[in-house]
Amino acid sequence: MNVIKTENLTKVYNEGKGNEVRALKGVSLAVEKGEFTAIVGPSGSGKSTMLNIIGGLDKPNSGEVLVDKTDIIGMKENELINFRLQNIGFVFQAYNLIPVLNAKENVGFIMLLQHKSKEEIDNRVESLLKSVGLESQASKRPNEMSGGQQQRIAVARALASKPKFVLADEPTANLDSKSTSDLLDIMEQLNEKEGITFVFSTHDQRVIDRAHRIITLEDGKIINDTTKLS
Amino acid sequence: MKTLLMIAWRNVWRNKLRSSIVIASVVLGIWSGLFIMAMVSGMNDQRLSSFINTNLSHIQIHNAGFQENFDKKDTIIGSNTLLKEIDTMSHVTAYTKRLVLQGMASTAHGNYGVKIMGIFPDKEKNVTDISEKLVQGTYLYKLKRNPIIIGEKLANKLGVKVNSKVVLNFQDSNNNTVSTGFRVEGIFKTINSSFDEENVFVKYDDLAPLVSLSGKYHEIAILCDNITETETVENQIKTNNSVESWDQLSPELGYAQEAMSNFIYIFMGIILLALAFGIVNTMLMAVLERKREIGMLLSVGMDKRKVFTMIILETLFLAFIAALLGVLLSIWTIEYFGRNGINLSAVAKGLESLGMGARVFTKLPFAMYVDITLMTLSVALIAAIIPARRALKLNPAEAVKAI
Ligand SMILES: Nc1ncnc2c1ncn2[C@@H]1O[C@H](COP(=O)(O)OP(=O)(O)OP(=O)(O)O)[C@@H](O)[C@H]1O
Ligand SMILES: [Mg+2]
Repeated sequence: MNVIKTENLTKVYNEGKGNEVRALKGVSLAVEKGEFTAIVGPSGSGKSTMLNIIGGLDKPNSGEVLVDKTDIIGMKENELINFRLQNIGFVFQAYNLIPVLNAKENVGFIMLLQHKSKEEIDNRVESLLKSVGLESQASKRPNEMSGGQQQRIAVARALASKPKFVLADEPTANLDSKSTSDLLDIMEQLNEKEGITFVFSTHDQRVIDRAHRIITLEDGKIINDTTKLS
Repeated sequence: MKTLLMIAWRNVWRNKLRSSIVIASVVLGIWSGLFIMAMVSGMNDQRLSSFINTNLSHIQIHNAGFQENFDKKDTIIGSNTLLKEIDTMSHVTAYTKRLVLQGMASTAHGNYGVKIMGIFPDKEKNVTDISEKLVQGTYLYKLKRNPIIIGEKLANKLGVKVNSKVVLNFQDSNNNTVSTGFRVEGIFKTINSSFDEENVFVKYDDLAPLVSLSGKYHEIAILCDNITETETVENQIKTNNSVESWDQLSPELGYAQEAMSNFIYIFMGIILLALAFGIVNTMLMAVLERKREIGMLLSVGMDKRKVFTMIILETLFLAFIAALLGVLLSIWTIEYFGRNGINLSAVAKGLESLGMGARVFTKLPFAMYVDITLMTLSVALIAAIIPARRALKLNPAEAVKAI
């Protein structure tokens, strides 16, 4: 079953102006539940643009995006915010966490927005912190944690809402190789054990090597789509 | 909502220095505004109470014609019955009766127009405080015949001291000029130098026979147990004479009081407006600095209403802390200088002729503090809207961008 399906997406920045950029030129793509997919390609090829549109953070100029069969292009802004809250997990390259909240509060924040009960939040936050291996850091604020720890908390936060999939735009770009492989271990584990769908973009060959499916973008078009046999 | 409050509160303290500076500026603004107002209000109050205590009292009764042309024949009608009635009224602390004549005080140094008050020293003492304002001599007690007390300023102009002789010239009820010598028994000094210059006090018992007005009075002055009871007492008095309260006798005192409180609000409004710009500026900086973080919040599903509320709350927290500290600081200093006074003698020469003392006792009605706090918070709330709206314009995709 497709959790994400895009049809002929195009995106033009600064349309009609001198600095017009055609970032996506007709991208069609389907992502199945349980995939562990990397989007790769040179800088400026349109990776972030595509992830933003799939995640409902930006609108395409044409084409459609179906998340679990729901069309998100026509949604109004507030509707879309709520849709993201309930259905999509995000991990960004940086600025993932709320600086004034500790690790536990950051992970629970999404569930608070979802109006979940305190008990449910506490239980889930505890098990998520365990699955990213950071129970001991529960009461630390982001600035008291390493970049790798922060990204692991961000993954836990993204999962807290029980999303249909997690989008991660260059989640390891700011990390050293040890933290990178730790983060990927955790993501892979969550993917294998709990069937969480991950779609992430990267430049890093070590990250690409661990993906199960690799979609290559170039100049706003998909030029390659390879699924590894396991 | 609890989480939102907590996040907003902690956000306020993220940039401690910046928040402290805004808070300090608002505190100073509120304090300086309130303190200056308390000084003005204190001076005004002092002026009012000194006018009331040394001169006006709360209510005066005259023959309706008397106030217009000071004709000595216009004495109070039915004064004995009236006084008996006043005796039984509630809220009346004391009253006294007087003769009031326009006349001239003369010595070898010159002649000066004065208002001659023929008083009953014992009764007068309970209504006005002239007896306490003596800087030399005594209060119409010692000298058997024709004692007079005069103000210091007049004494200087006439070149007289205690025991000197002053000649008073005035007309009796038949318009014959009377010229009689009085001996200075006391010299008074109030904080109102023009009062000191224009009024002299003699005994009714000395004055009345000279003008053939024994048993007749020009003026009854009444002191109530509280200034707020003036109207109650005024309404009880049923007479054909004219009954006037202090603010009718001296309308500018009443206006001053009213103008003062209007002025306070305008003044504070201007100060708060200036502060509002500071608040807007700081909060805009705080929002723009956190572009990515706010973008992230929008991305992960915090709706715009909550983001808006968060920024408003941050602004309100700042304003609330500042208003609280500013008002507490004001209460404390105004209370302190209300007890100890501020010595303005260096600049007080001009104040005395306006009937204000050289020592100012700060004073501000409590309701004013409440109003100012509410005003500060409302201004902050309005100021908060600009940065909060700016936060809403931020793009969630902003957060995804690399640094
Ligand atoms: N907000 C924007 N306004 C104008 N042009 C933009 C904007 N965002 C992206 N672009 C342009 O669109 C193209 C695709 O950008 P995008 O960020 O999607 O690339 P990317 O593959 O994520 O690159 P990178 O690997 O450097 O992150 C680039 O040419 C970029 O300059
Ligand atoms: Mg990118």
